[in-house]
Amino acid sequence: MTTLERTKASSRPPRVRTIGPRARAQRTEAIALVAPALLPIIIFSVIPLVSGVLLGFTDATLARNAEVGFVGLDNFVELAGDRRFWQSFGIGVVWAGSVALLTLVSAMGLALLLNSNLRLKGLTRVLALIPWAMPPVVIAIVWRMIYNPNSGPLNGVLGWLGIPGVNWLGDFSTALPAVIVVGVWAGIPQTTVLLLAGMQSIAPEQHEAAAVDGAGAGRRFWHVTLPALRPVIIAVTALDFIWQFNSFGLIYVLTEGGPGGRTMIPPLFTYLEAFRNREIGYASAMGNVLVVAILVILSLYLINQFRQNKGARS
Amino acid sequence: MTAKRPLYATVLMYLALASYLIFLGFPLLWLLSASFKSTRELNSLAVNLIPQQWDFGNYIAALERQNLITAAGNSMLVSIVTMIVAVLLSMPMAYALARLKGRLRAAGTVWILVSQVFPTILIIIPLFLVLRSLQLNDTLFGLILVYVTFTMPFTLWMLQGYVAAIPPELEEAAEMDGAGRFTILRTVILPLLVPGLVATAMFTFVSAWNEFFLALVLIQSPELYTLPIALRSFLGAEGQTQLGPLAAGAILATIPSLIIFGILQKKLTGGMLAGAVKG
Repeated sequence: MTTLERTKASSRPPRVRTIGPRARAQRTEAIALVAPALLPIIIFSVIPLVSGVLLGFTDATLARNAEVGFVGLDNFVELAGDRRFWQSFGIGVVWAGSVALLTLVSAMGLALLLNSNLRLKGLTRVLALIPWAMPPVVIAIVWRMIYNPNSGPLNGVLGWLGIPGVNWLGDFSTALPAVIVVGVWAGIPQTTVLLLAGMQSIAPEQHEAAAVDGAGAGRRFWHVTLPALRPVIIAVTALDFIWQFNSFGLIYVLTEGGPGGRTMIPPLFTYLEAFRNREIGYASAMGNVLVVAILVILSLYLINQFRQNKGARS
Repeated sequence: MTAKRPLYATVLMYLALASYLIFLGFPLLWLLSASFKSTRELNSLAVNLIPQQWDFGNYIAALERQNLITAAGNSMLVSIVTMIVAVLLSMPMAYALARLKGRLRAAGTVWILVSQVFPTILIIIPLFLVLRSLQLNDTLFGLILVYVTFTMPFTLWMLQGYVAAIPPELEEAAEMDGAGRFTILRTVILPLLVPGLVATAMFTFVSAWNEFFLALVLIQSPELYTLPIALRSFLGAEGQTQLGPLAAGAILATIPSLIIFGILQKKLTGGMLAGAVKG
């Protein structure tokens, strides 16, 4: 039902619903099918979502018997001037953007290699999938060991080369790049599998035709593979950006946002505000700002999709 | 594609493949080797993947420490119950999403998408308050309820895909005989859906087994810790952490999901489109 139809229907006088016994039975069936799943979804997902938005307009704290009052836009006014929050927002954009783009580029390279006739493909494939199965906590633990300044292999290798060691996760300048590398490592499997699936759905005839026309591997990639993968690439990158922007566990275990807030991404900042500083209302206001940011990104993506569909049709 | 590749290109490709192998494989091998190393070796800057002395004591120490066995039991319980309940509750709705057209389907799809992009941090704050008022925070039951709800977008999405792949003609015949939706669901759809149900259930198990953030917020009592939370509590201040048992515990925590992913390797693409296995 389009908006137009709906407006028309509501402007008419209410008509008597004539619903046959068969239609009624079907509707009862539909409700019975949907209810078992819908009930928990409403209680533990939809209601918290709505109240999360509303909490942002209150001065609620974690204290059990505190009076909760609506404070209008107070939280948002305060938030606008909260330098630490905007700093974390910026770090979140850098983190999510870098991870999404670097993952895309590395996964594209890996997918191309796995799609060609090389040996060792099976082994690489298996290795590439393992990070996907690992609990994020375990991934963070492994990389903490690798980055450890006193016992980590990274500084060990630097020692061989006579280069002084670095406190990778503890140094202001290296902490963010270091966690980005971990994000990419953890993100490669998903993206590779998706790109690989996309590549395998390209008809081989397209490549053959291009090859007959004298196109080398580079040109075939640029003129055949890349355009065919465009929708997959855009979708994967947009989703990956949003997931990374919302992510929590990896950085929490790696650095807890440190040193000096250099890896403090917004969800982590919000978590600390809500559950350590116990300022639930203020933290929810932060959550609301994050939602708006994500909706903006999402609508940009959807507008792009829409334009493309339109372009394809005309 | 039999175009001849020049030698230098082949060499470059193998070099690239080798760097991927090292980048992706090294952390895994390092963890495995660390789990067998002695404390002294772990605290040195030596870069050797094969331990000088094999120390199997780390695994025993890991299991003795910090209630790791209790935590593994909690994780197992929570993951299995979540898996069963989420799949059972999702199946009828997934069927409805796949077969009944119209607004319900549109609403369901929109909700599945929304749940993928919404920041969990915004939902967890009121959710914590709801659970606290029901006295369900800091209980495994409360955690299961939340896990069931949070895995459902994924189970719904996967299952409706499996239902859509079943030809509707099979149902029409049963409908002619006067069977209702539930009879059709039980006698026609369910038997054909078994492989899909198993795959979905296994994915659900893995996402509950690996989950960290919700458990961190909802569980406070150490005896109720799930495995990821218990592992995280291993990490003390730098230098005080016992790296060997920590590595051993991390390996043990990875094994169940690794086995399941090994079994499901071929189904990964379809399953991940829903993207529920997110950090």
